[in-house]
Amino acid sequence: MRHIISLLMENESGALSRVAGLFSARGYNIESLTVAATEDPTLSRMTIVTSGSEAVIEQIIKQLNKLIDVVKVLDLNDGKFIERELMLVKVKATGAFREEMKRMCDIFRGRIIDVADGSFTIELTGSGNKLDAFIESLDKAAILETVRTGASGIGRGDRILKV
Amino acid sequence: MEQSSKQFTGAEILIRCLHEENVEFVFGYPGGAVLNIYDAIFHQDKFKHILVRHEQAALHAADAYSRSTGKVGVALVTSGPGATNAVTGIATAYMDSIPMVIISGQVPTYAIGEDAFQECDTVGITRPCVKHNFLVKDVKDIAATMKKAFYVASSGRPGPVLVDIPKDITAHLCAFEYPETVQLRSYSPVTKGHLGQIKKALKLLAEAKRPMVYSGGGVVLGDASAHLIKLIQALDIPITSTLMGLGGFPASDKHFLGMLGMHGTYEANMAMQECDVLLAVGARFDDRVIGNTEHFLSNPRTIIHIDIDPSSISKRVKIDVPIVGDVKSVLADMNDLIAAEKPAQNTVALAAWFKQIKAWRGKNCLSFAQSTEFIKPQYVIQKLHEVTKGEAFVTSDVGQHQMWAAQYYPFDKPRRWINSGGLGTMGVGLPYAMGVQFAHPEAQVACVTGEGSIQMNIQELSTCLQYHLPIKVILLNNRYLGMVRQWQEFFYENRYSESYMESLPDFVKLAEAYGHVGMRIENPRDVDGALVEAFSPKLKDRFVFMNFLTDQKENVFPMIPGGKGLSVMILAENL
Repeated sequence: MRHIISLLMENESGALSRVAGLFSARGYNIESLTVAATEDPTLSRMTIVTSGSEAVIEQIIKQLNKLIDVVKVLDLNDGKFIERELMLVKVKATGAFREEMKRMCDIFRGRIIDVADGSFTIELTGSGNKLDAFIESLDKAAILETVRTGASGIGRGDRILKV
Repeated sequence: MEQSSKQFTGAEILIRCLHEENVEFVFGYPGGAVLNIYDAIFHQDKFKHILVRHEQAALHAADAYSRSTGKVGVALVTSGPGATNAVTGIATAYMDSIPMVIISGQVPTYAIGEDAFQECDTVGITRPCVKHNFLVKDVKDIAATMKKAFYVASSGRPGPVLVDIPKDITAHLCAFEYPETVQLRSYSPVTKGHLGQIKKALKLLAEAKRPMVYSGGGVVLGDASAHLIKLIQALDIPITSTLMGLGGFPASDKHFLGMLGMHGTYEANMAMQECDVLLAVGARFDDRVIGNTEHFLSNPRTIIHIDIDPSSISKRVKIDVPIVGDVKSVLADMNDLIAAEKPAQNTVALAAWFKQIKAWRGKNCLSFAQSTEFIKPQYVIQKLHEVTKGEAFVTSDVGQHQMWAAQYYPFDKPRRWINSGGLGTMGVGLPYAMGVQFAHPEAQVACVTGEGSIQMNIQELSTCLQYHLPIKVILLNNRYLGMVRQWQEFFYENRYSESYMESLPDFVKLAEAYGHVGMRIENPRDVDGALVEAFSPKLKDRFVFMNFLTDQKENVFPMIPGGKGLSVMILAENL
């Protein structure tokens, strides 16, 4: 099953490679991994999207907790949470495509953030599924380039991951 | 204030940190990046630096110093090849959870990343095989980093911690103040076990019809031996041990069923398979211990697991009653509960269980056919036990001789049996013996080895000469990589691919060339006399290298073939 794991770790060089190294060394899946400093510059927050049986997920959480640089780990799937991902898509915008792209972008509540003679760049935010759906609904020939950030997640309501 | 205003070089600060940690020995090898540190060592005499002949041996010696004392082992190596040579030793310690601090030199900060001479990404290379590592980028951070390194290495589930220090940092100046305490917001190992879980565990054990205890290296590392003995005696239940746990419970006690696992005893493996309540203490259900997991689980039993590392629990086998905590503290709580509550036990069922165990013991699975023609390796170990009165520290390398030492030298005390269980590193035996002998200068130290393993760190004969280490090497020389040969015999239809050791040196002359005593023993009737002589007062202060030419075709039994279940044992042909 797909799990989203959030963690806080020391914002030190090498901390990211400890986490990435753990996943490759123990053969765990990483679907995506995002990391950036938090409002407290000594801490980084990471969101890892992974998948595995309940036993594997349990091991992943334990192994992450074992890393000395990791301060706190939360399996977001243990409760209610929100997941968002950002995608930038550069699409062909010539002739009939130009109007079509504008319309698709509106339907998915994206924004056109760059307009060029032959192309638009669309910014879209949402769950991974929504971004997938957008890609699928476009004519494959129209897609010039895509870039996705990977998912970020946060617990709903008073589920808070903080030191 | 006066003290804190005085300026020291990074190298001097590092040495002072080692003094603050009461380090007795630093095992190391100098080189360009650590010259400042070696100069600071030259100016001090609080700890002794031991010069090895290869960095790998420095790591193993420091590791064995730790295994035999419980203190943190310290090694010092230079950058680049010094660090890469150390990696096998670090990984060996990591797999067996040995507390160590390794200091490695690094090229100057301004040269990092430029492929400088003797540069390697030491922190990157060692990351997967250390508990933690640090790159010190500022002289002001040395003291705090060293404090953290010793704390992390020795607390929780212990392990090696590496501190990489660039050369320019060791020359920079700053004041020295060693932090008194260390607090890491991201690291606070649990020590006390959950009392509710402990009560539940005790109830299960008391009510069990076929209880069994399985103890591992955690009992030795956690100095929990006395508490374990008390528990077993109070409950009067059987116990087995892993390779790493040997000595944690006295082998001569009637409750002890011998080692379990791939080359464990028939009674230990059968009892492990057939028990209805299993208490695992500081052990990790390793593949060499429980064999095939599905087969192991095919017999339902309730499993209680005490371990300081939560990730060891339910890793390979689902645990019914997990108890995260320091084994010593948890066992002490259990013993207190037993004393207070005196739980009623199922004595009728227990008697039947011991009767069954007695029947399994009756197989006498470690018996072997003596020979007048060939020296039996098992006999050499038995005799070694007799001659040393079971009091020796025994180190071993990896292979058949390691299993024979584990099977035929019953250990009654912890920290006496020193070997590489997890990583299975050939070549550890001699440097292990060095580390033990430094820690226990008056003790008898025997290194049981094979002709394959001993040649992997044979250069250390020179270190043993320099420091006059009176180690006794027991070489069980069968002219084969014995364990490889055994598997080839059983599973590859006798195709002995590259497992024959040709062109062996004359070990007697070799030992003599290094200034040691060499012996060659070919005849079974000379075994007793040779061992008595080697351990006699006459040779008490000498390093003795005993080359026993043993039966080439001897195999280690019992044996569970790889991937098979615990009760699927191959026994010796005479059984």
